[in-house]
Amino acid sequence: MSATDSSAGIPAPAPNDTNRRGPLAEVFFSLLRSGTFLTGLAIVMFWVACALFGEHFAPYDPLADDIINALAPPSAEHWFGTDQIGRDVFSRVIVGSRDILTVAPLATLLATIAGTALGLFTGYFRGIVDDVISRILEAFMAIPVVIVALLAIVALGTSKTTVIVVIGLSFAPIIARTVRSAVLAERELDYVAAAQLRHESALHTMFVEILPNVIPPILVETTVRLGYAIFAVATLSFMGFGIQPPSPDWGLSISSNYGMIGGGFWWTVLFDALAIASLVIGVNLAADGVHGAFND
Amino acid sequence: MTEPAKAMTGKAANALELRDLSVAYRVGGRNRAVLRNLNLTIGQGEAYGLVGESGCGKSTVALSVVRYLPRNGSITGGAIALDGQDVMKLDAEALRRARAESVSMVYQDPGKALNPSIRIGRQLTEIFELASVSGQAAEDRAIAMLNRVRISDPASVMQRYPHQLSGGMQQRVAIAMALANDPSMLILDEPTTGLDATVEAEVLDLIGQLRQELSASILFISHNLAVVSKMCDRVGVLYAGMLVEEGPTQAVFNDPRHPYTVALLRCLPRGGQRKDQGRLDTIPGFLPGIGVDIKGCAFADRCALATERCRTEPPPLYELGDDRGRRLSRCHYHEQAQSLPRATPSNVAAPARQAASPAVLRVEGLNKTYASHGHPLRAVKDVSVSLRPGETLGLVGESGSGKTTFARLLLGLVPPDEGGMIELEGKQLAPRLESRSDDQVKAMQIVFQNPDSALNRSHSIRHIIGRALKRLAGLSGAALQARLDDLVRSVRLTERHLALKPRQLSGGLKQRVAIARAFAGDPRIVVCDEPTSALDVSVQAAILNLLADLQSKEDVSYIFISHDLAVVRYLSDQIAVLYLGRIMELGPSEDVFAGPHHPYTEALLSAVPKLDQTETVRIRVDGEIPSATNPPSGCVFHTRCPRKIGPICETQEPPLGEVEPGHAIRCHIPYAELARLQKKVIQPELA
Repeated sequence: MSATDSSAGIPAPAPNDTNRRGPLAEVFFSLLRSGTFLTGLAIVMFWVACALFGEHFAPYDPLADDIINALAPPSAEHWFGTDQIGRDVFSRVIVGSRDILTVAPLATLLATIAGTALGLFTGYFRGIVDDVISRILEAFMAIPVVIVALLAIVALGTSKTTVIVVIGLSFAPIIARTVRSAVLAERELDYVAAAQLRHESALHTMFVEILPNVIPPILVETTVRLGYAIFAVATLSFMGFGIQPPSPDWGLSISSNYGMIGGGFWWTVLFDALAIASLVIGVNLAADGVHGAFND
Repeated sequence: MTEPAKAMTGKAANALELRDLSVAYRVGGRNRAVLRNLNLTIGQGEAYGLVGESGCGKSTVALSVVRYLPRNGSITGGAIALDGQDVMKLDAEALRRARAESVSMVYQDPGKALNPSIRIGRQLTEIFELASVSGQAAEDRAIAMLNRVRISDPASVMQRYPHQLSGGMQQRVAIAMALANDPSMLILDEPTTGLDATVEAEVLDLIGQLRQELSASILFISHNLAVVSKMCDRVGVLYAGMLVEEGPTQAVFNDPRHPYTVALLRCLPRGGQRKDQGRLDTIPGFLPGIGVDIKGCAFADRCALATERCRTEPPPLYELGDDRGRRLSRCHYHEQAQSLPRATPSNVAAPARQAASPAVLRVEGLNKTYASHGHPLRAVKDVSVSLRPGETLGLVGESGSGKTTFARLLLGLVPPDEGGMIELEGKQLAPRLESRSDDQVKAMQIVFQNPDSALNRSHSIRHIIGRALKRLAGLSGAALQARLDDLVRSVRLTERHLALKPRQLSGGLKQRVAIARAFAGDPRIVVCDEPTSALDVSVQAAILNLLADLQSKEDVSYIFISHDLAVVRYLSDQIAVLYLGRIMELGPSEDVFAGPHHPYTEALLSAVPKLDQTETVRIRVDGEIPSATNPPSGCVFHTRCPRKIGPICETQEPPLGEVEPGHAIRCHIPYAELARLQKKVIQPELA
């Protein structure tokens, strides 16, 4: 090796196998090895498939009543029985995943976008901006979602959009808090000072410099929030503030049938409840897996 | 003393014996060799130094001895005998006993070795309780241990938590803990690397004294050759998991017989070498990656002496007859090792300095006061300096002396107190970065200490440098591309590096990216904040050469911050010595180093371990830098000053008086008197 200047002949270091993948690819491969994540993902994908194609393989029309066969117990004909106006519970459970799986993810997405923006602003500017916005967010977090929902419905009327906005905005402060603490740590790193020494705008520094580095905690928080969002949508629907009839939505079905339990017609409620529980568990397992993959 | 380990003490001939030790780490499903058939013997009571660059397997040796390898590491062959006892054959309980009783380790970062939520006293007595000494007896022994490591007032230290102690005190406590059970083997893994030079000197003195009191054998691991040469009887040079040279310390460092050792020693700026006297030598290429198949000599790819034989025939450890003791070298041509040609030509065309050129930077009366728990903290006090184009101002001082704060004030990252003045090319700068013009901002840039923090890990190298060119040089499109290629070439990166992310680069390459970014807008001044402190010596040499080359080409001025005085001396034309935010001495580099100098400068210089052991008399400062919230009255250095003359030092702050043209010292002792006092000390050439 003939070297003529201070450091001629410096080859790129031989990248070893662990280095070849980016950090996100690393996380992806670690997710594929995580039993928890794969189990959760399987459950969620099952319900997503039901939401997308449920009406094609549901044995009955989930909305078609059949008064003669009302409140029939589970049988070979109606696996999960029928409800008080004779609709097939099995078909309703399958198709009932559609609304909740539209509303909850959209609400979570809204919460993530709004929360990330708020977290970036408060964490980046610190000081008075942070103090004011953080206090407002804390006050907002102190109000129960149901009250907010009630007010919103009175003001805006009931619609899926209202539910998305209500849940999205009530979850945003929680995500904002997570993002803020990650941004506060990033802000101390020298690459932020380097950006200031290029006279970069605050927006550039926040969204181009800092944001990519706080993606991992955002992804973890988002998956965790999705579980809560599903639960919140089901709760609101149950209370009548959420998804409206005639949707076969689970929470809504439980709400309209739970009076029947006293009469021994348990099947009108149990399967919807199990559906909600399984979806929440599925999402939480997946969230656990994501959390583990990022923190290994 | 019934345990076999203790009973053996003094009986086995060697405290530690590694025979053909091979260790591999499992990465990506494959076992990758880290240590390759390592043979190493440490005699009873001997201090053995293990040196080498990062990644050569030094720490793996230490961890293997106590079988404490990380989960993916395994010993794939060979034997480890500790005091004659085969460590590989110990069961879990015997291993625990060996770890508790016969081997102790001291790690680099004492802050991490101590439990932050338990008082020092409790952490120490715990060790004695393991040896079934409890209650008052354990406490007494803990206090005795603290006395032993020269901690004054041990009773109060016992009551404190680790964070209430300074770094040097923490390391003393860690050493006390390691010595508590009178181990027969003490492993010190970079024990002073994170400490200031003055504190390092104290800790090394302590270890040296303890060696004479204790019977322990020492395995001393360090990347710092000078530290090892000061502390150790014998030294082994590790390269790619193999011992390439071994022998008595002085013999190896004064008369190296392996090209790697030769090259390593040449990378250090020694004997007061300066940038205009020549470039430092470097070692081309990289350490072989872990687990790589090595056909011939591991160093062949980087060795200018390598022949065909070196590439095909692995050299054995040649035994060299030497009257100074047994020596080994893993080189076919060990007798020619010192004829290794330089990798970097030393000669440089020193630019003729235009002494008349006006100052590019003038700083007058700069102050910075922080509020710390309601008390004012004077981080920088009344600092005035000026800098000419193409010159380097070196800032030295212990941590907490205000070096970095001063740099941040200049850059506008932190606004200074009212009243001071920063003038760039004759124009006064606004205190805040946001109020400075784009031209002013691009004229002053920085190379940060830690490239991992300074480079955005989400961005590619192309993005990082490209963005700097776009913002600072105002380029875009083809012009940007052309300049990018130029810039990348001038810091000696290649096209291939551009697509990579910072984490895919080595430390030295990352620092080149940071340098390229700083130079993107043709700056007038670049602040270099400890740019080489995280790097190996061979990489450090290349970065220092690069900075010197860029300076002579671009006529840029540097403000160079470093705790390594030899490095500062190599690059600097002027030196400012800072203590508690005040300039204690300011002058041309040669005058400051040659003396007579301020007692604090003298203390800093004498704290640096020298490779050639020429020093005879040394002065020491006691303790650590006082808190800036409550600085001492009078001369702030009087509490630690070895040359304090009397009450005047405690009551009256001396002015920064000019003693020679351009050379100012803040001391009550008259210059002639300083000269007389310091003449007694044989001036060691800075190694």
